[in-house]
Amino acid sequence: MSSKQPIPVRVLPFELVERTVVNLLRIAVTSLPRDVMEALEESLEKETSPVAKIQLETILENIRLAEDSGAPMCQDTGIPLFFLRGHYEDGIEEAIRNGVEIATKEIPLRPNAVHPLTRENPGTNIGKEIPHLVWNPSMEEMIEITVMPKGAGSENMSRLAMLKPSDGIPGIKKFVLDSVVEAGGKPCPPTIVGLGIGGSSDIAPQLAKKALMRPLDVENPDPMLAELEHELKEALNATGIGPMGLGGRTTVLGVKIESAHCHTASLPLAVCLQCWAGRRACARIYPDGMVSYSREGFD
Amino acid sequence: MNLELPLDAEKVRALHCGDTVTLSGTIFTGRDEMHIRALEFLDEGRQLPVDLRGGALFHCGPIIVRDHEEWKLVAAGPTTSARMNTLEPRFIEAFRPAVIIGKGGMSLPTVEAMRENGSVYLALTGGAAVLAARGIRKVIGVEWLDLGMPEALWILEADDFGPLTVAIDAHGNSIYENVAMVVKENLPGIMRSLGIE
Repeated sequence: MSSKQPIPVRVLPFELVERTVVNLLRIAVTSLPRDVMEALEESLEKETSPVAKIQLETILENIRLAEDSGAPMCQDTGIPLFFLRGHYEDGIEEAIRNGVEIATKEIPLRPNAVHPLTRENPGTNIGKEIPHLVWNPSMEEMIEITVMPKGAGSENMSRLAMLKPSDGIPGIKKFVLDSVVEAGGKPCPPTIVGLGIGGSSDIAPQLAKKALMRPLDVENPDPMLAELEHELKEALNATGIGPMGLGGRTTVLGVKIESAHCHTASLPLAVCLQCWAGRRACARIYPDGMVSYSREGFD
Repeated sequence: MNLELPLDAEKVRALHCGDTVTLSGTIFTGRDEMHIRALEFLDEGRQLPVDLRGGALFHCGPIIVRDHEEWKLVAAGPTTSARMNTLEPRFIEAFRPAVIIGKGGMSLPTVEAMRENGSVYLALTGGAAVLAARGIRKVIGVEWLDLGMPEALWILEADDFGPLTVAIDAHGNSIYENVAMVVKENLPGIMRSLGIE
């Protein structure tokens, strides 16, 4: 064999990836992961005000209708964000783009992707860098595709702070509290709060997104961060913002943190809010063409 | 209580924060781009393609598909109203809608414009798009489709659309302002418990 022989990098049929992407988007926009459903049902039990109860009852009824009818639970079917793990596959970017375009017509999804300045809408959810792909290379014999359709109501409330190291944990708590209070009813509470602590000005927001993918009932393995997640959840629910900002006991369904080491002179903090429609879905495609799906994730 | 659109001033003023209602009749969607274009029309002295007086403006970018000759509504929940905060007072003064449907509330200048005009803000649960679509009998038509599906001005026929909570009434009251005051009262205690006084 010549040393110039290219490494074979396409194992999976293009159409299989395409179809998996359509299925993933359909699962994500028409149903919610078990942990989010349980957290919403728990919140309804805790609310006492009639206005707050109506909001949560409407949310739960709406999810049931979406599941039964196959229509997206929210008209904002988000901007398509993809997280991939596994071997690099030649052409997978194109297969995913095609999948998104097919899903936009078939499900249907709302065409949300526009040019940032002209605001021109191609009507396909396809554009420069959209759908967005984040790769996590691994040697496993599969490709894992996770999709998070991220709505703008909550995404627009994202915040980044380059805190001073001396601000420390109290500075982190204060910024998170201020961000959630300032957001009020705009991000469709009860929200899930994703925090990225450390890294740099680009790493922290990526960590915050990653945090949103951890199931609500899975605690941070680091006891110090788990404690901070718990403490912030209690504090944010004591604000009284409530479902849809109309007052009540449930402002957040959970707080999730991911962290990274950072420069000795920095303390980056990113806050990414996820609306109650904490939509995510995950698929694993194996070399033999078998595909398995999970809303909650496999690990 | 179901209300028939268009609404007269007396019926609007009878509504108070916390009331739950449903709506029937014609509803117009409009968000960022629709507001911008409507105000451009106003500046140029041009007539809008629809008459909003006494009607309902819905902060919504729906999912609608073309099914042969007809438009079919798939999902139609509310969008974040606060994005229209800077545009809405002038919009209300010029086009006089009786009802604004949205989520998340609007700032004080809009609350004041609603009091002056005699309009109410009805909160629809954010994200509850399938349930909301059940209250729309049909899509009557569309204007300004060049703005794209979410931003176009869709004309919808509502039938028992809701449940909607009166969140800003025509008397200058706002549930969002009340909640903001409660939050302000709660903050010192929360900060103490977090050790960040």
